[in-house]
Amino acid sequence: MDNIIEIQHLSKTFGTNEVLKDIDFSVKKGEVVCIIGSSGSGKSTLLRCVNLLEKPSGGQVIYKGENILDDKHDIYAYRTKLGMVFQQFNLFNNLNVLKNCTVGQIKVLKRSKEEAREVAMKYLKVVGMDQYINARPKQLSGGQKQRVAIARALSMEPDVMLFDEPTSALDPEMVGEVLKVMRELAGSGLTMLIVTHEMEFARDVADRVVFMDQGVIVEEGSPEQVLLNPTQERTREFLSRTLNK
Amino acid sequence: MTLKLIYKILVENWPMFLRGAGMTLYISIIATILGSLIGLMVGIIRTIPIPERGFKKGLLKVVNGLLSAYIEFFRGTPMMVQAMVIYYGSAEAFGISMDKYFAAILIVSINTGAYMSEIVRGGIVSIDKGQFEAAHALGMNHFQTMANVVMPQVIRNILPATGNEFVINIKDTSVLNVISVSELYFATKSIAGNTFIFYPPFVIACILYFVMTFTVTRILRLFEKIIDGPENFDLAGNQMQVAKPESMLQRKMGETHQR
Ligand SMILES: Nc1ncnc2c1ncn2[C@@H]1O[C@H](COP(=O)(O)OP(=O)(O)OP(=O)(O)O)[C@@H](O)[C@H]1O
Ligand SMILES: [Mg+2]
Repeated sequence: MDNIIEIQHLSKTFGTNEVLKDIDFSVKKGEVVCIIGSSGSGKSTLLRCVNLLEKPSGGQVIYKGENILDDKHDIYAYRTKLGMVFQQFNLFNNLNVLKNCTVGQIKVLKRSKEEAREVAMKYLKVVGMDQYINARPKQLSGGQKQRVAIARALSMEPDVMLFDEPTSALDPEMVGEVLKVMRELAGSGLTMLIVTHEMEFARDVADRVVFMDQGVIVEEGSPEQVLLNPTQERTREFLSRTLNK
Repeated sequence: MTLKLIYKILVENWPMFLRGAGMTLYISIIATILGSLIGLMVGIIRTIPIPERGFKKGLLKVVNGLLSAYIEFFRGTPMMVQAMVIYYGSAEAFGISMDKYFAAILIVSINTGAYMSEIVRGGIVSIDKGQFEAAHALGMNHFQTMANVVMPQVIRNILPATGNEFVINIKDTSVLNVISVSELYFATKSIAGNTFIFYPPFVIACILYFVMTFTVTRILRLFEKIIDGPENFDLAGNQMQVAKPESMLQRKMGETHQR
């Protein structure tokens, strides 16, 4: 299978703080990859480097065989191929639910209003928010907001979805509705790269689990390998810490 | 006695009061609009992320320097003095005879612009970083992000401050009497001068100023409400359902009654 995203020797420093150190990592088409690791280990930074919200300090980001960090590459066009879901939802506060899902399609993909609406409705149905098209973000619960954010990203019909701790800012009773949507998406063959603290979810849906610590990938493999039979001491420590919580 | 006097002054001079108030309103409306546009432009330019290198970086730095000089200068000097310098200065130093109404609008506009620039910049800076990031993640460039996501929120947020500027302008146009613009204060002063009666005309001016500022404040408040949209939303696709639980209950009760 082809790698849809390939990261080579990626490094990122903030000032003197080396947050990512020589990361090699790839995602295949249709794969669901979960990234786990303790707070501050660089998971978000890695994800943000993938869609260039953060500019890598070194290394390469290769998308479908093309080096995105080339000066001539259009990073805006590249970003439309990646959907991003944030921990804090980041729905556009000035737009209602429907417009949140159409604005990118209309302004960036240059789709017609009618087409954009149709696509948006399709994905709002997928996340179960199609009845709420007239609501404004501040009128929604956290779980509803996150489902709309997922629909907004899906409406761009990206090749890969990136999730940065999509349930960490939610009240416990709302985590389930978001994870349910994500499970369905994973089952549909979508390529997904997910930073998560939900170990059970990672075990169930991931094709591959990546464990990060202090800016390096310590261990990666199938959920059984990494979560149940970790070979690295650091992974075992992390797992026993999180599972005993 | 006093009320009678005020009434008499009003009856005899109402066209002049009205023309003065009209001029005050005219100058402050145009200048607030122009000043807000200047402020939006300057504020937007001053928040363009500076590229790491290249020609654009140098250009932006120079432009930003000039814009801060503009803001600092006009905020740091009294409008009355600026009016004298610009109006008489242009005539005496450069031989340009400016129309005094043009000068009036120019002076109030660039003054408002200086204040609004900082208000707009503050408004842009205070928008959550997540809004920018979500827009960028959809593939929007800086311009698209500003136009579709950031500025609509900034404009909503700075409306109260803009209303404030408008009110200040209504009051501060009175300093333009130094260049003989016949706004309300100038008109009042003339009436007082002609009749040798002093405080009654100013009582009338006072009331007129207040009516103008109060009306403007109310209209802007209404405008804010319209932008904010309705407090509740309707669920789509199912006309019987409304998001507000009370009204759902009412409707249910209505149905049982009909049966
Ligand atoms: N913009 C920034 N400037 C400076 N340092 C930063 C910045 N963003 C992140 N860092 C630092 O980079 C390190 C990794 O942060 P990152 O957000 O990637 O961790 P994380 O694994 O996502 O943690 P969490 O689970 O808490 O989200 C942290 O030490 C953080 O302080
Ligand atoms: Mg994080």
